[in-house]
Amino acid sequence: MTDHDNHDHDHEGSDLSPMEQRVRALETVLTEKGYIDPAALDLLIDTYKNKIGPRNGARVVARAWSDPEFRRWLLLDATAAIASLGFGGRQGEHMIAVENTVEVHNLVVCTLCSCYPWPILGLPPTWYKSAPYRSRAVKDPRGVLKDFGVDLPESTGIRVWDSTAEVRYLVVPRRPAGSELLEEAALANLVTRDSMIGTGLAQTPSGAS
Amino acid sequence: MTYQSRADLGGRPDSRAVLPEAEGELFHAPWEPRVLALTLAMGATGLWNIDMSRSARETLENYSELSYYEIWLAALQKLLQASGATSADEISSGRMSRPAIKVARVLSAEAVAGLLAAGAPVSRVPGRPARFTVGQAVRTRAVAPPHHTRLPGYTRGKQGTIERVHGAHVFADSNAQGQGEQPQWLYTVVFDAADLGSPAPPGAAPTRVSIDAWESYLSPA
Repeated sequence: MTDHDNHDHDHEGSDLSPMEQRVRALETVLTEKGYIDPAALDLLIDTYKNKIGPRNGARVVARAWSDPEFRRWLLLDATAAIASLGFGGRQGEHMIAVENTVEVHNLVVCTLCSCYPWPILGLPPTWYKSAPYRSRAVKDPRGVLKDFGVDLPESTGIRVWDSTAEVRYLVVPRRPAGSELLEEAALANLVTRDSMIGTGLAQTPSGAS
Repeated sequence: MTYQSRADLGGRPDSRAVLPEAEGELFHAPWEPRVLALTLAMGATGLWNIDMSRSARETLENYSELSYYEIWLAALQKLLQASGATSADEISSGRMSRPAIKVARVLSAEAVAGLLAAGAPVSRVPGRPARFTVGQAVRTRAVAPPHHTRLPGYTRGKQGTIERVHGAHVFADSNAQGQGEQPQWLYTVVFDAADLGSPAPPGAAPTRVSIDAWESYLSPA
């Protein structure tokens, strides 16, 4: 294929990894055939890198912690309650919120692939898509939680939600002690991504005893 | 006819630790976000649906050896060839050698925000009443069908309880085979982990596990 050396396709760079070259070649031919617009690709990437992520979900949780009416709505009709804060759409069309309590701790997994509530949590982390998480979450959830440094009391039961259809789950973590006086924006800072999947707990406010 | 999903990992033996990651750490190579975006943009052409995508991924022979976005890329290439959109030669050379086929739409940058905001709801008007009610005991289908399905192996042939009725949803099994949406009632079915063979440790409160299951996966217990 020496004729390739003479034209200026941008996938010819020798410093690119084989995967990088493979993906560039595919993007080039799909663009040439008119199936895709590279500007749309740039925008999709920017959206999921910079705009749609777990801070959205943190706002939902912080609102539920500080507004009992919103909490009720979220637990009754999560899709609508979340939409009222401006979040929804792709991979969040059918939302269910599940609340952690003293009695039960919720954990979300997709054993079959990587189903995840994109509008409020963004793209799933690598571990969520990994074989160890997907195989062990339904069999040994306490062991998985220990991998995240979470050791629940024996009296707390675990509920695992396997996202096998198009319903997506948001865990509402327990509001941490010492956060009683915090406003919504400060509360949102305590809500980690992992706490909304169920592999973590909300952070304790600094200075709280 | 055989069909093997290599993605059905729930309950499989795997002693490896789960490795937590920082919140902003989404990609590990520059090509990974391109594969994500290529997959989303090609999905918008309407040449295939999301269930066909999942089926293409889970049937990759070397699924277990590939990283997540390698799986996405391999499945995208498979779908491009199967749909006739792109030949194997075009994929490897990166150069067009056959005319393009007609697609329903090409995603423009201007249309991205609208596409993501609209999503693709799968709820449909049910054609008949739900067969099961909340609290009812059900048993899941014991045998895997010879095609894409969303009943995980670890829950096959098990007794559980209907916890929630979601309404009628597009049936993944038929949609993945290009046989249309054929909507069915969808339920949350909850199991005692002990009934799945994975009881909570002695002394600990019980673990319960749920799936979302289409009606034809279930029969009265």
